[in-house]
Amino acid sequence: MSVDTATVKRVAKLARFRVSDEEAAHLEGELNAILGFVEQLSEVDIEGVEPMTSVTEMAMKKRPDAVTDGGKATDITANAPNSEDNFFLVPKVVE
Amino acid sequence: MTDLTSLTISEARDRLAAKDFTALELTDAYLAAIDAANGALNAYVATTPDQARQTASASDKRRGKGEAGALEGIPLGVKDLFATEGVHTQAGSHILDGFKPRYESTVTANLWADGAVMLGKLNMDEFAMGSSNETSYYGPVVNPWRASGSNMDLVPGGSSGGSAAAVAAHLCAGATATDTGGSIRQPAAFTGTVGIKPTYGRCSRWGIAAFASSLDQAGPIARDVRDAAILLKSMASVDEKDTTSVDRPVPDYEAALGGSVKGMTIGIPAEYRMDGMPDEIEALWQQGIAWLKDAGAEIKPISLPHTKYALPAYYIVAPAEASSNLARYDGVKYGLRVPGKDIAEMYENTRAEGFGAEVKRRVMIGTYVLSAGYYDAYYLRAQKVRTLIKRDFETVFGEGVDAILTPATPSAAFGIGDQDMAADPVKMYLNDIFTVTVNMAGLPGIAVPAGLDAKGLPLGLQLIGKPFDEETLFRTAHVIEQAAGRFVPDRWW
Repeated sequence: MSVDTATVKRVAKLARFRVSDEEAAHLEGELNAILGFVEQLSEVDIEGVEPMTSVTEMAMKKRPDAVTDGGKATDITANAPNSEDNFFLVPKVVE
Repeated sequence: MTDLTSLTISEARDRLAAKDFTALELTDAYLAAIDAANGALNAYVATTPDQARQTASASDKRRGKGEAGALEGIPLGVKDLFATEGVHTQAGSHILDGFKPRYESTVTANLWADGAVMLGKLNMDEFAMGSSNETSYYGPVVNPWRASGSNMDLVPGGSSGGSAAAVAAHLCAGATATDTGGSIRQPAAFTGTVGIKPTYGRCSRWGIAAFASSLDQAGPIARDVRDAAILLKSMASVDEKDTTSVDRPVPDYEAALGGSVKGMTIGIPAEYRMDGMPDEIEALWQQGIAWLKDAGAEIKPISLPHTKYALPAYYIVAPAEASSNLARYDGVKYGLRVPGKDIAEMYENTRAEGFGAEVKRRVMIGTYVLSAGYYDAYYLRAQKVRTLIKRDFETVFGEGVDAILTPATPSAAFGIGDQDMAADPVKMYLNDIFTVTVNMAGLPGIAVPAGLDAKGLPLGLQLIGKPFDEETLFRTAHVIEQAAGRFVPDRWW
């Protein structure tokens, strides 16, 4: 399988990257080189093989269903490029 | 007095205990070495001299009161991927501009609890994506090693290139690093240092910027096997804050050193003999086999039939996980924001400017393979192949193999700005061909220097172990180190 420029632009939109036509053309070549490389996986017989979900067999650890942390709004917004009163500020989302 | 920066961690530990010098004197020696060398090597992206001196003085006071920890007064460098409270943490990226976390990663917190001193943050490939440290927003790191008679700058490997270069050039006593496909072991091999990627789940991932969560593991880069064992003992822990941290006590890895490998079975996988592999790599491998045989180990040819599919499967699984993990960098919560006419354009502008070319490439691949209609063909298939890769290892370990010996890399360090690799991303990816299998199977792997090539550049061997059997790797790597000796670059910087 390979990608064309339109697909590159669609994927860039999904990944939230602004790409110029020139960048899209360049990425098309690079992505196709990588997709060509991974193509060899199609020769592996995977009939009846379970997909890996965890490299180490272990039951997922669960914590008690209780509030164990919090009250850190100032810490959480401390690195924001734009914040006010412990809220993140963003361009208007709802008209 | 000898140059204090030439001491290994174990040597410095003994002499600090004997009160030959103080932690502050040792720290000052390293800070001076960094000042003198960093302009040429670019290993550190930020240094913390005031904090280092303060912690070193506090360490001396603790020692005075008889409260010395396992790493008391040992100056370390920290890969920029680890969150360090109030200190530059940018994962080598522009998108995290100015980020100073309000918390400390579990691994670094463990080191400071044992008395270690932080010298600063080490350069790396952006978000740990790279094999040459050339994708860093802060520019490439220069390998302290040069080919004999040449003044050409070489890469230190990556992504933990700053960690490996700083350890090799004696700009820290040891360093933290991380490994998703070979990012500890490949740079260790390129710089004549020792690097271990422990079993998945051994070190907590809490506070480490995530690249590919099912593959990422922290580990040390050190000057010798003993130092790597000392560091891993301190870095590893059981952590409530990481649900994949495994509930197993951390053994005393240093105690495993000096043990015999007599009667051990070392597997030699046929599939690691690649077409076009340089003769020197083959010769090094044969030398390693001979050393272990001489030490009494039994050598057993083995087969790991799915080896060649590990790298292509990795280049589906790792980008897929990265595309999801890196979605958080959106110009809202931290770092860079580039304005746009609405929120979507702000996201797109921020991410276009904030991420470098390699990160974008991988996020694009990840987004594509996870997109509607392609998930089964790519991602699901890759995860099934991953099951087969792990099964290969389980089979040979089940047949009595104690550890597997392979080359660490397919070549020695190459030049900065290598044209072939710049032209074809897949060529660069091939650097990890011997190391990536280990991440795919979640196993521990150690790279140990084993010799120099004809140009005088270091080459490494890799040992792969059973899950949570890092002790066997340290013991066996120590035998190789005893036979091979240690390798230190001639100082030119």
